Amino acid sequence: MPLLEVKNLQVRVEEREILHGLSLTVNKGQVHAIMGPNGSGKSTLSHVIAGKPGYEVTGGEILFEGEDLLEMDPDERAAKGVFLAFQYPVEIPGVATMTFLRTALNAQRKARGESEYSTPDFLKKVREVAKSLNIPQDMLKRGVNVGFSGGEKKRNEILQMALFEPSLCILDEMDSGLDIDALRIAADGVNALRSPERAMVVITHYQRLLNYIVPDVVHVMSKGRVVKSGGKELALELEESGYAQFEDAA
Amino acid sequence: MNLVLAKTETGRALSSVFAVARDRLPGAGKVADTRRQAFEAFERAGLPHRRIEEWKYTDLRALMREVLPLAAAPDVKALGRARKALKAHTIADASALVLVDGAFVPELSDVAALGGGVSIRALRDVLENDGNDARADLLLTKTTDAMISLNAALATDGVVISVADGTALSRPIHIVHVATASSASVVTRSHVRIGKGARATLVESFVAAEGAKAYQVNDAVILSVGDGAELSQVRLMADASDAVNVTSQILTVGAKVKLNLFNMTGGGGVSRLQGFITLAGEGTDLSVNGVNLLKGTQHGDTTVVVDHAVPHCTSREIFRAVVDNRAHSVFQGRIIVRPDAQKTDGKMMTRALLLSDEAEADNKPELEIFADDVTCGHGATAGALDDSLLFYLRARGLPEKEAQALLIQAFVGEAIEAIADDHLRELAMSVAQRWLEARA
Repeated sequence: MPLLEVKNLQVRVEEREILHGLSLTVNKGQVHAIMGPNGSGKSTLSHVIAGKPGYEVTGGEILFEGEDLLEMDPDERAAKGVFLAFQYPVEIPGVATMTFLRTALNAQRKARGESEYSTPDFLKKVREVAKSLNIPQDMLKRGVNVGFSGGEKKRNEILQMALFEPSLCILDEMDSGLDIDALRIAADGVNALRSPERAMVVITHYQRLLNYIVPDVVHVMSKGRVVKSGGKELALELEESGYAQFEDAA
Repeated sequence: MNLVLAKTETGRALSSVFAVARDRLPGAGKVADTRRQAFEAFERAGLPHRRIEEWKYTDLRALMREVLPLAAAPDVKALGRARKALKAHTIADASALVLVDGAFVPELSDVAALGGGVSIRALRDVLENDGNDARADLLLTKTTDAMISLNAALATDGVVISVADGTALSRPIHIVHVATASSASVVTRSHVRIGKGARATLVESFVAAEGAKAYQVNDAVILSVGDGAELSQVRLMADASDAVNVTSQILTVGAKVKLNLFNMTGGGGVSRLQGFITLAGEGTDLSVNGVNLLKGTQHGDTTVVVDHAVPHCTSREIFRAVVDNRAHSVFQGRIIVRPDAQKTDGKMMTRALLLSDEAEADNKPELEIFADDVTCGHGATAGALDDSLLFYLRARGLPEKEAQALLIQAFVGEAIEAIADDHLRELAMSVAQRWLEARA
């Protein structure tokens, strides 16, 4: 059974159709890249999979491990193993990062009927992951993402990904706002999480990120549909020729 | 003032309240005269209503309708119920001073533990035994309004606390108001004097015994803080959900004082906390913070007047209101800077979080500045929880109510953080947490 199956998905936002029958199948162990110009619907797809309010699904379906994802609340999806690394992670003043991480992790475990993490185990785990991502301890004491640089916010997303151990990671424009060093640290963090039990969907505008996170499958999106799929060489091809050739195909 | 117009039906009903209560009120001679004059002043105005500017959001004629007869002095059964209620509101290491239905109860209190340098007496005792003429001033205040006059007329008891100059109290003083009566008035008045260079922590709780319903609290606290003193005050209002609580705090503050005030209104059906703070000595730092946690049809009003009468004082006010269902939160903050009060630094910020479409919050900040070299400012916002923050938390696995609770806790945390005492800060946070858990 595929991990994620998107079938003929049609989505509207405020009366305007953004996705016009998008289909996508992702298996465990794979890394898929979704590329496409601005406005092609890449972020809409990631939001709909994560369950963000404000999108109206008018047709099609999304199955996650064979279950109807669209019937689930965002928190249920998270507990099932869906993780969206946000393009713009929000700042939450007054909620300490550690408190947030523990509350979220335990909420997911509770929803799955698992026991809560003990404090020492939790702290040990967070410290290990934080160290590998070059996240200083004092950052964990601050409010969630408050005063973090763009790179720090993205690393905080990857920290959560490592901590929550989702089976599907969707990385929405992870490279936006990152310089080359920050990008490398973030990509190393993501690569460390690649596993036969986990799939990743990397959404990006630029080929650059895919030098660091090498995909198994590349999809090109245009005007709310996948217009071409191929191997990693498709990304290089796009870098050469641009998206213009697909505008008409859509 | 048109006396004929002000004398409403409500006013006439009140005359009998005073007539009936008179024999039970401590103090004769000048004290009794002062009460009578205070009652006349109240009668001329009647219950405050929306045409009185200071009360425009809290119309007591509509919300309270009438002043109920005074509660009877607590009997053995009432004291038993009070004792039970106290158990849930004990603060570790604090010395409790317990008032039940408006009567100080020594056997439930903990006066001895306070040690030297502190004198504590019941107001009733002072008014009855210290010479009527000398102590009539206990019923007089420079600041007054109809409810303060009513308090002076009908106060049955309270505590009179004096902390001697230079005394540092090792334990907080915890004044606990327990209501066991239903459909009755509880009128208390306390005086607190913090001597020069003294240090003290004062906690006040308002709680209801099981079964206490529809009572009306009218409390007044007259506080003077001497030069160089440090005082933290935390007030936790957890009255019965259909009770009325009108509390007036009148503070006169000396020079170089560190004063840290906090109020949390979580209970009561209708409540108003009105604080009148006069900064009368230079170099004082004042911090006034508050949280209203309101649901159902609760009405919670916090009104604070900070009067900078002298130069070089700092005041900071942070208020947060969380308003659910059809509840109504009011914040009125006035900062007065007198002509001589140069270099005043006064700021207030109030934010309301509306959790339902029918929730209401009114903010009325006012600056009255008569000096030209000052830094003053205010800000006010009201709005719903941020959807993008909620979605982020939910996408990380938090169910809706838990995500809301975490954000609300952070929101009120900004005001609670300002509590100087670690233990009391945690206590206030846990009260807020319980409120949130009850909501979930």
